[in-house]
Amino acid sequence: MSSPYATHPEARENVFDFLQGYDVLGAFWTTVKLTVFSAVGSLVWGTLLAAMRVSPVPLMRGFGTAYVNIVRNIPLTVIIIFTSLGLADIFGVTLGASDFKVQGFRLAVLGLSAYTAAFVCEAIRSGINTVPVGQAEAARAIGLNFSQTLRLIVLPQAFRAVIGPLANVLIALTKNTTVAAAISVAEAAALMKTMIENEAQTLSIGAVFAFGFVVLTLPTGLLLGRLAKRLAVKR
Amino acid sequence: MTEVSVAKEEVAATGDLVVLKSVNKHFGALHVLQDVDLTIARGEVVVVIGPSGSGKSTLCRTVNRLETIDAGTITIDGRPLPQEGKELARLRADVGMVFQSFNLFAHKTVLENVMLGQIKVRKADRKQAEVKARALLDRVGVGTQADKYPAQLSGGQQQRVAIARALAMDPKVMLFDEPTSALDPEMINEVLEVMQQLARDGMTMIVVTHEMGFARSAANRVVFMADGRIVEQATPDQFFSNPSSDRAKDFLSKILHH
Repeated sequence: MSSPYATHPEARENVFDFLQGYDVLGAFWTTVKLTVFSAVGSLVWGTLLAAMRVSPVPLMRGFGTAYVNIVRNIPLTVIIIFTSLGLADIFGVTLGASDFKVQGFRLAVLGLSAYTAAFVCEAIRSGINTVPVGQAEAARAIGLNFSQTLRLIVLPQAFRAVIGPLANVLIALTKNTTVAAAISVAEAAALMKTMIENEAQTLSIGAVFAFGFVVLTLPTGLLLGRLAKRLAVKR
Repeated sequence: MTEVSVAKEEVAATGDLVVLKSVNKHFGALHVLQDVDLTIARGEVVVVIGPSGSGKSTLCRTVNRLETIDAGTITIDGRPLPQEGKELARLRADVGMVFQSFNLFAHKTVLENVMLGQIKVRKADRKQAEVKARALLDRVGVGTQADKYPAQLSGGQQQRVAIARALAMDPKVMLFDEPTSALDPEMINEVLEVMQQLARDGMTMIVVTHEMGFARSAANRVVFMADGRIVEQATPDQFFSNPSSDRAKDFLSKILHH
C-alpha cells in the first residue's frame, strides 16, 4: 500500500499539519503561567491557613477550619465562574487589569489559588502532625514565641515531610488550570476545544494536548519526589 | 513603677529563686500535683526523686509553664509566672530546660541548635553567637561535632548538646526532666559529669532523675515525691541513710537492694 501523499507531497507534508496556524506552545505557556502564579499564591495562602488552624486563637482556628471545609467542597468550575461573573461583573473586582484578557487571567489565578490553598493547607497540617511535640516544646523552652516556633522549627520540618503530597497538589493544580477556559483564558484546553471544532484529526489533537500535560506534570512529580528524599529530616 | 521593680530585684537577689506555693494540677480526674510547696534558693541543686507517676516530671514542667497549673502560685526571681505571650517567652529564656528525649531541632546542625536562641531571643549577632556556641560545645565535650545533625550523634552527645543549647541563654535556673532516662547505660556518665560540673559552678538546678549516685554526689537537697505530694525533703546523706517516711523507706528498699 502506498501512501496517498506519495504522489502529492505538497498536499500533506507531515501528519502534524493540523497544528499549523495554531499557537499551541503559546497556549501551553499560558497554562504554565497559570500554574506557577497559582502555585505560589496557594502555597502562601495555604501555609497561612495551616498556621491559623494550629494557632492558639480560637477565632483563627475557626476561620481556617471553615474556609477549608467550604472551599474544598465547592467545584472548581463554580469558583472560577464566580470570580468572573460574581467578583468582576457584580462587585467590579478587576484586579487592576485594563483589558478583558488580562482580567480573566488574573481572576483565574485568584480562583485557582483560593481553591488549591485549601488542599495545600491540609497537606501542611498533616505535615505539622508528623513533627514531634518535643520540637515545639524545646523551641518554647528557649523563649521562642508562637510564630517563631512555627516559622523556625515546626513548618520547616513539616514542609519536608509533605513534599510528596504537595507534588500531588501541584500536579492536580496544573491540570485544574484547564478550568480557566470557562472564563475564556486562552490556555491549552481552550485552544484544544477550538481546534477540535475546526479540524478533522480529533484523536491526534487530543493526543497532542494529553502529551503536553504529561510533559509538564511528569518532571514535577519526579523532581519533587527526589527532593523529598534528599530533604527528609532524619530522627 | 521602676522603683518598685528595682526594689523587687534587690529582694530577689538575696532570697529564693524559685518558689512554688500550694500548687495544684489535675489531668482529668487524676490529681497529679496536690498542694505542692517548694522553695529553691539561688545556687541550690535540688534533686526530685520518686516512683513513676508521682508527678515529679509534671512539677518540673510547671516551672517554665510547659504545663499550666490549676491553683497556687509559682514565682521565679520574685516574679509570678506570666500568662502565655511575650512575657512568658522572656521568662522561659531565663529558665533552661533539658528534656528526657533531648528534643534537639532535627533540621538544624548542632551549632545552629545552640545559636538559634541567642540570635532570635537574645538578639545577639551571628558572630558572637557562634563564638559562644562553640565555646559551650567545647565545654560539654562535643566541640568536634558542631557541624553534624542531631541524628548523627549518640544519645549522650545529643543530651550534652541540649545542655549547651540551654546554657547559651544564660539561664538563671536549669530544669532537668529525667535527662538520662533515655540513654544507654554507658552514656549516662558523660551527661552526669557535665551536670556535676554545672552544679560545682554554682548553677541553680532542679533535677528530676532516677540516678541516685548523682543525687548523693551533687545535690544539696533531695525532694521525695509520691502520689502528687512532696513526702519528704532532706539532705542526700540524711535521706539515703535515714529516711523519715515509710513511703521513702519502701521506695529506697526497692531501688537500692541490687
